[in-house]
Amino acid sequence: MTTAALNSNAAPAILPGKGGIGGALSDLFWRKPRFLLLLMLLPPVLWLGIVYIGSLFALLAQSFFSIDEYSGLINRQFTLKTYGDLFQAANLDIILRTVTMAALVTLASAIVAFPIAYYAARYAQGRWKALFYLGIMLPLWSSYLVKIYAWKLILAKEGILTWLLAKLHLLWVLDAWLSLPIVGGNSLSVSFTGTFIVFVYVWLPFMILPVQAALERVPGNLVEASSDLGASPGQTFRNVLFPLALPGIVAGSIFTFSLTLGDYIIPQIIGTSRLFIGQAVYSQQGTAGNIPLAAAFTVVPIIIMGFYLWGAKRMGAFDAL
Amino acid sequence: MTSAVSFKQVSRHFGSVRAVDAVDLEIAPGEFFAMLGPSGSGKTTCLRLIAGFGQPSSGSISIFGERAEGVPPYRRNVNTVFQDYALFPHLSVLDNVAYGLMVKGVGKAGRHRAAEEALSLVRLPGYGARRPGQLSGGQRQRVALARALVNQPKVLLLDEPLGALDLKLRENMQEELKSLQKALGITFVFVTHDQGEALSMADRVAVFNDGRIMQIGTPEDIYQRPKTRFVADFVGSSNVLPPDFVQRYSGQHRWASLRPESIRVARAASGEGVAARLVGTNYLGATTRLALDADGLQLHAIVPAGTPLPDDGEAVILTFNRESLHLMDEPA
Repeated sequence: MTTAALNSNAAPAILPGKGGIGGALSDLFWRKPRFLLLLMLLPPVLWLGIVYIGSLFALLAQSFFSIDEYSGLINRQFTLKTYGDLFQAANLDIILRTVTMAALVTLASAIVAFPIAYYAARYAQGRWKALFYLGIMLPLWSSYLVKIYAWKLILAKEGILTWLLAKLHLLWVLDAWLSLPIVGGNSLSVSFTGTFIVFVYVWLPFMILPVQAALERVPGNLVEASSDLGASPGQTFRNVLFPLALPGIVAGSIFTFSLTLGDYIIPQIIGTSRLFIGQAVYSQQGTAGNIPLAAAFTVVPIIIMGFYLWGAKRMGAFDAL
Repeated sequence: MTSAVSFKQVSRHFGSVRAVDAVDLEIAPGEFFAMLGPSGSGKTTCLRLIAGFGQPSSGSISIFGERAEGVPPYRRNVNTVFQDYALFPHLSVLDNVAYGLMVKGVGKAGRHRAAEEALSLVRLPGYGARRPGQLSGGQRQRVALARALVNQPKVLLLDEPLGALDLKLRENMQEELKSLQKALGITFVFVTHDQGEALSMADRVAVFNDGRIMQIGTPEDIYQRPKTRFVADFVGSSNVLPPDFVQRYSGQHRWASLRPESIRVARAASGEGVAARLVGTNYLGATTRLALDADGLQLHAIVPAGTPLPDDGEAVILTFNRESLHLMDEPA
């Protein structure tokens, strides 16, 4: 073989510049990488700083105003009166109901999501993995409203679920459940149970994906090492898999928890007439025209999420990151 | 005496691939046993069968006389030092080492004391509070060793444990592992593709190729008296001599091996011996490796550094003692 073709000395050691504005810019960016970084970050930072954070502060400011009960006009003076209104029994009830629902939805999502995510991370390969992603993402491609109305049909008294349970001679189970206080109702579509089921359905992908990502990062030999050291599968789950998946579960729960806290459409279509925070915000800023109270209601999920993250950090949920 | 590990006609198939093919193996209690072979030769699969990660497709495995098929890893008193250590990233070094005792229900004080002792044993006392991520490769390796030893296993399995370490550290660890094994008297089964490592540490070596054991013997056996061309070539890179060549010097039409250090190289155009040409030299520090061409037969010789050397391309005469020619079992 000849190496002469690869060993030509005709090319100069330093190549000439590419010329033109593009070439000059390339050289400039190479010499001053921070300048390029600045150019790239400026638009999103401006967007984030002004439009995003700015509107959040505007909201926060609104919550410290109050409404004049006689004229219905907003009194732009600093006061904590609006926050005081949150502690009225009716409002406190709304907050408590929403937080309980969000917690239950999060817990159920985590329990349902874990085995699915575990399978996808550990066993699914090639075509099955593609199918998994398709299965998780497909519901996200269709309209949220359509899905909720579809669920209303499924859960309705004349719906497919009732029909199926009747065929299986299990209608008595449904009737027994619906006769329970709080969770029960005339049919699933007008009960908290129905709200809960639809919440879990709608937010489940947001739990599965981060848990799957977390599990995928757990090297398979850690599970083997645990087993090798004498841990039964249950012990391996408690001591290795769960702690290492926890950051993913926490990340997922941030979605499920905060999305449930803020949603006002699902409980309006499926559930009872009792309000959730999102519905309260909607009616306060709309029909009631009480923007300060609506803003104060909005601050509640933010504060709850703050405490939630703080607690998760203290529990060591982010240690394995 | 019952063997520490006994394989009887053990095979392990992955689809149509025979990773382990009808292997018979007896490892004595207290032995330092090395499984040597190129990657994909089945040595690691054998190790995993002992650990319980996977079951034999056929044949039987006993550990200290007890049948091991169908027994999950967590019910085997056998521990593994994994190739990339597999330390738990979310636990401190101390909790990593104490893990085996923790899952067995040993109380916190007791298991931490035992873990401290194990860390002292591998010369890492006081490192317990750190995270595995804060340790160097060599330190992680010791932690993995301590984590396995703290359980006082009947058999300790080591899967290329020194593979990720640099040369100096590796040599130190080899000595340490060897003396640790002597002191503890635990059966060590060691998988490696590094023949030097296998020869220097093990009491006995099994050379694997294509899922089969080519030869089992002491390091000296394997090195001096390889049975097949593969073993001669893989272990210490002996010269493999074809039957026709061998017949001229020993009268027997057999394959033979010749250690590179047994060949003497003289600068001469003619004379008694094998006429050859020097085609390259490789400086190795204490020795120099010469690549030779004897009428189409590629040979190499190792001479001590400082020996006056012929130039590349020069004609040389090779001589060797008749006894250093080792005839192999391999059919001609």
